[in-house]
Amino acid sequence: MNRLTVSPSPHVHSGDSVKKNMYGVIIALLPALAASLYYFGLGAVIVTLTAVVSCVFFEWAIQKFLLKSESTIMDGSAALTGLLLAFNMPTNLPVWIIIIGSLVAIGIGKMSFGGLGNNPFNPALVGRVFLLISFPVQMTLWPKPVVSQAHYLDAETGATPLSIMKEGLANGESVSSLMNHADMPSISEMFFGLSGGSAGEVAAVALLVGLLFMLIRKIITWHIPVAVIGSIAVFTGVLHLVNPDAYAGPLFHLLTGGVMLGAIFMATDYVSSPMANKGMIIYGVGIGVITVVIRVFGAYPEGVSFAILIMNGFVPLIDKYVKPKRFGEVVKPAKA
Amino acid sequence: MLKTFSLGGVHPAENKFSAGQKIEVLPVPEQVSVPIAQHIGAPSEPVVKKGDEVKVGQLIAKSTGFVSANIHSPVSGKVFKIDEVLDASGYKRKAIIIKVEGDEWDESIDRSEELVKDITASAEDIIKKVGEAGIVGLGGATFPAHVKLSVPPGKTCEVLILNGVECEPYLTADHQLMMEKGDEIMVGTQILMKALKVDKAIIGIENNKPDAIQHMSALANNYPGITIESLKVQYPQGGEKQLIDACIGRQIPSGKLPIEVGAVVQNVGTTLAVYEAVQKNKPLFERVVTVTGKSVTNPSNFLTRIGTPLNQLIDAAGGLPEDTGKVIGGGPMMGKALSSIEVPITKGSSGVLIMPQTIAKRPKLEACIRCSKCVSVCPMGLSPYLLSTVSDKAIWDRAEEEKIMDCIECGSCSYTCPAGRPLLDYIRLGKGKVGQIMRSRTK
Amino acid sequence: MNVVLITIISLGVLGALAAIILYFVAQKFKVFEDPRIDQVEEALPAANCGGCGFPGCRAFAEAMVKSDDISDLNCPVGGADTMSAAAAILGKEVAAAAPMVAVVRCNGTCENRPRITEYDGATSCSIASSLYGGDTGCSNGCLGLGECVDACAFNAMYMDEETGLPVIIEDNCVSCGACVDACPKNIIELRKKGPKNRRIFVSCINTDKGAAAKKACSAACIGCKKCQKICPFDAITVENNLAYIDYDKCKLCRKCVAECPTNAIHMVNFPPPKPKVEKPVEEKVE
Repeated sequence: MNRLTVSPSPHVHSGDSVKKNMYGVIIALLPALAASLYYFGLGAVIVTLTAVVSCVFFEWAIQKFLLKSESTIMDGSAALTGLLLAFNMPTNLPVWIIIIGSLVAIGIGKMSFGGLGNNPFNPALVGRVFLLISFPVQMTLWPKPVVSQAHYLDAETGATPLSIMKEGLANGESVSSLMNHADMPSISEMFFGLSGGSAGEVAAVALLVGLLFMLIRKIITWHIPVAVIGSIAVFTGVLHLVNPDAYAGPLFHLLTGGVMLGAIFMATDYVSSPMANKGMIIYGVGIGVITVVIRVFGAYPEGVSFAILIMNGFVPLIDKYVKPKRFGEVVKPAKA
Repeated sequence: MLKTFSLGGVHPAENKFSAGQKIEVLPVPEQVSVPIAQHIGAPSEPVVKKGDEVKVGQLIAKSTGFVSANIHSPVSGKVFKIDEVLDASGYKRKAIIIKVEGDEWDESIDRSEELVKDITASAEDIIKKVGEAGIVGLGGATFPAHVKLSVPPGKTCEVLILNGVECEPYLTADHQLMMEKGDEIMVGTQILMKALKVDKAIIGIENNKPDAIQHMSALANNYPGITIESLKVQYPQGGEKQLIDACIGRQIPSGKLPIEVGAVVQNVGTTLAVYEAVQKNKPLFERVVTVTGKSVTNPSNFLTRIGTPLNQLIDAAGGLPEDTGKVIGGGPMMGKALSSIEVPITKGSSGVLIMPQTIAKRPKLEACIRCSKCVSVCPMGLSPYLLSTVSDKAIWDRAEEEKIMDCIECGSCSYTCPAGRPLLDYIRLGKGKVGQIMRSRTK
Repeated sequence: MNVVLITIISLGVLGALAAIILYFVAQKFKVFEDPRIDQVEEALPAANCGGCGFPGCRAFAEAMVKSDDISDLNCPVGGADTMSAAAAILGKEVAAAAPMVAVVRCNGTCENRPRITEYDGATSCSIASSLYGGDTGCSNGCLGLGECVDACAFNAMYMDEETGLPVIIEDNCVSCGACVDACPKNIIELRKKGPKNRRIFVSCINTDKGAAAKKACSAACIGCKKCQKICPFDAITVENNLAYIDYDKCKLCRKCVAECPTNAIHMVNFPPPKPKVEKPVEEKVE
């Protein structure tokens, strides 16, 4: 007879694994990737491939040569970081900048804290913000979306809706006139991704399909995306109602920039988000509010990345003070 | 919408292979070893010695305190010795070993099949009888039943809740009992209601047992005050706290007993034992045990004498499969993995689950990715990731602050963890340590 | 010029004010501490291991300064030298405690003690021992999951891959007792280091009856009492089927070692036996 295995209960497992979750998120990103390839063509291919390959490579190299630990590149987390990093960059970015971004994302954002599970900040955003500050010019040259784009570095560039809005408002124009600006895409164009921006952030519809997939597969819960999107909608909605000429409406804010990508894929990063549902909502609302504050009152036209990184910093505090609802905390009045 | 408990929960594959298998009476073995610690509380004190002749149902070990239970001989024969025997605890502990000769029952036991509906005993008599019969919670917790029935002064019981949930995957013993002994359970329920002085009882059954719900509902029409509550399938619904929440929507505060919200919970198997003890004068010396598993030839429900070695049950179910990797006493979520198949059946053995090697091993251990799935499945609203970490690092005051003692050890967290982390292993360790610290503080 | 002057004056006043406040606060909240505590602490090894029974060296130093009788205080890490140095600072007498060392009282190697089940829980002796008796037939013996090694702050222990048992590096062991507390099976014991570091102990804590113990582990003490009978110094007691050697009484004659049928009695640091000498040499106590 075989030797019996003895272990503490439970003796069955759901079969869920880190790998399944990571690849699940990658699958959820595929519609957005498809949209990106559709609008940015060659550039999207180069940027995505470079980021994914270099992120996986850096993780492997750091584990092999620096940490001398077991390699975890197969769990899909490095590839996911690469994919998210690519989605946060313009598709005409030179390869060497992408590689630097990947090194920062994996090396500083993730491995320096001890690898998967220990990074306080979202690694892809660490990489992106590093690049945004180091290479502000390259990072804010957005190629125009052209179906079956065959240009890479030489792609025709244009402004993003957010920067048109920011500059226009600064020049004293009104929101309604800016919405009819020649370069400004219509709301439906924004929804389907026909506007300038980072590789993966433009097509709201594709990102929403990804969200649906993750919710059905129970990879994430609704709390963070709904809190982020909801708070941005409410905040900008109030501002818009107060002065429709000075502040753009909620739909404009939700469909432009990285709100959808950030709310669905970046803020929901397991490692750098809170554990309790209440905490997730606080965190999501924080991201929403900071995003709007940066966009409307700050110097940058876009603030999602900064907002998420700032709220990442608050996660340990949120986790310490916001606990899940405990059983028996409130005794319900007797029904009988 | 079917009722269920309010927080967390998981739904593991049910795998009820032995469902619908009629309860078979397992032949009396040649020798039984009856451990003297089969229940929560103080171990019993043997009242027989080597060489004594015993009859079925004769008292062989006496309760040694309020929270303790009598033990009766499951067989007739001669006491062979009182020695240390490896039992389901994984350690050698004292047991009474009896060599079987014939099957002579104590004369006072009514062995007829006839249903006795008239309850003549008074409330005090019932509690006394239940105590004498050595009845403990047969769902697996083995808490002495008479203690639960003795409502502390100042508290009143409003409702009796019967646990027919059987939320553990694989197990079918309670299900089958409800199908075959429904009337006896109903009378048992009325006995319990009389003892608790309540006029309302709810039998909670998960709706993956539609036949049991239908059968019991039909029977309940003949017994005033008893209703059947059909519950949504969700583990750990059979947990006392979860069941009360599901049935009457009240949550027991941290550290309190069910009576705090006016409820007393008993398992349906326990209820049957109460019926037999009060109406038939039969103490608890046998129980229904499910023997099951993916590779088991004949998954069955056996009526087994306490003290029967496990391998006899396994043989009766078609023998130990070739690919056996793990043998579990109880269900897969809360049962105990056994180190030997010779351990005896005890009052708390609800099942024997044989797992093939392919699923006996735990998944590969990875780093915690803070996915928060353990938090969302915890039925007690705790933070398993945190409790496990502080227990591993021996930060006991923090563990206590985070209410580690509220953990019911249902295993939903370890079951769910995508990183395969042994969350409950550490939490259980922490619970033990924190419990010790708290007890030493009150002394 | 005026600006400079005003700046200097205002900053100067501010600074002086702050200094005065700080001075009064320092006076008000001054805590008197015996300066000798610092000196004693200086003399201690600063390992903060807790082996003395106090939470760290500072607390131990305080205890040494405060208590009049320090004979029951001992720093096992520093040993006699440290203790006398610290006592000298205080002008107190200290009794020289015999140096101790940890010994592992289990010889259930993979070879001696076959594994009959496979443990698959968290790597923790406490968790395994609360689950069951262990993956062998012996429910007293070492579980081999290394909680003692994790507890050791002095790098004095390691797990032997081949035997599955912890090994103590005597030179590093400071007898702080962390491993003794860590072991849920109480296998590790602090024993007198003995003259020339030589000592004899029963390397087993199995309390099962002889036959059962032997079946589970070929190196188990079977409680046969042969050692007890042969010991000329009454140093050996057998209780619960288990022999124990009192290190205060043992004169290291090694008769029991030869007598033990299961080789459960271990001797440490004795010279290898000379091939032809028959008569067991009695060690003189130093």
